[in-house]
Amino acid sequence: MTPVQATLDRITRIPGVRGALIASTSDGLVVAEQLMDGIDGRAAAALTGSLVSRLARTAEGAGVRPPVFLHLRGEDGSILAAPGIQELVLVAVVGPDANLGLARLEMLDAAGQLG
Amino acid sequence: MRALEPWVEAPLQSFLAESSARLTLLMTTSGQVVAQHGFGRSLDVMTAAALGAGIVASTEELARLMGAPRFEALVHHGSRQSCMLAAFATPRGRWIGLVVFGQETSAGIVQLFFDQMVQQLADAAPREQPQVPMLAENFEHELDASLRALFGR
Repeated sequence: MTPVQATLDRITRIPGVRGALIASTSDGLVVAEQLMDGIDGRAAAALTGSLVSRLARTAEGAGVRPPVFLHLRGEDGSILAAPGIQELVLVAVVGPDANLGLARLEMLDAAGQLG
Repeated sequence: MRALEPWVEAPLQSFLAESSARLTLLMTTSGQVVAQHGFGRSLDVMTAAALGAGIVASTEELARLMGAPRFEALVHHGSRQSCMLAAFATPRGRWIGLVVFGQETSAGIVQLFFDQMVQQLADAAPREQPQVPMLAENFEHELDASLRALFGR
């Protein structure tokens, strides 16, 4: 198992996580993914990559440090994103019953090792 | 944004709004322009259409030589601007999209909403009009008429 696959495996083992992927924030393309059927990884990578890069630019414009973790909460679940180094972002798609605290801790740790 | 046929306008407008593309050209595989956004001169449109159609024809021939299916899209990543070229099927035949985009968007976003536009074009295309073959003797007249329509002159 490659380090990237191990990272995704670590995230998807968390209860309530429906899938995880690593995307490039510069071009919004999928680097690696491990998703349940029905989740469009390409869309998640493109939109989350765009969001992360825009937020980073916004933070830079405001003179504050870029965000280290994003939590987008929806009715049926959430999107979690942890930017890593080398313009990579670790993204998780989670259900409403997911253990968000554990997911956050694991993702922050894993994102620090990306690249 | 200008289109030769009104049903192309809504899908293209939606794509432009979502993708933040700087320039977009929709054309047939023979290089006949269907719609354009962002081009200021008809000469630029003609050149881009001819080059785009030529590149798609070359890559499709390369794919055939390699025994591979057609390439879905070709993306040139530049430091300030990038360019995506993709051929797709429509009820009116095979078309090509040429999209130039900058750092305000990304290749992933452009490809995502380009695919949505392709689906919307397939849904919006009127079925009742058969495709008319382009005859050599009419080509220049058709080209002039298309460019006048695309640039409002």
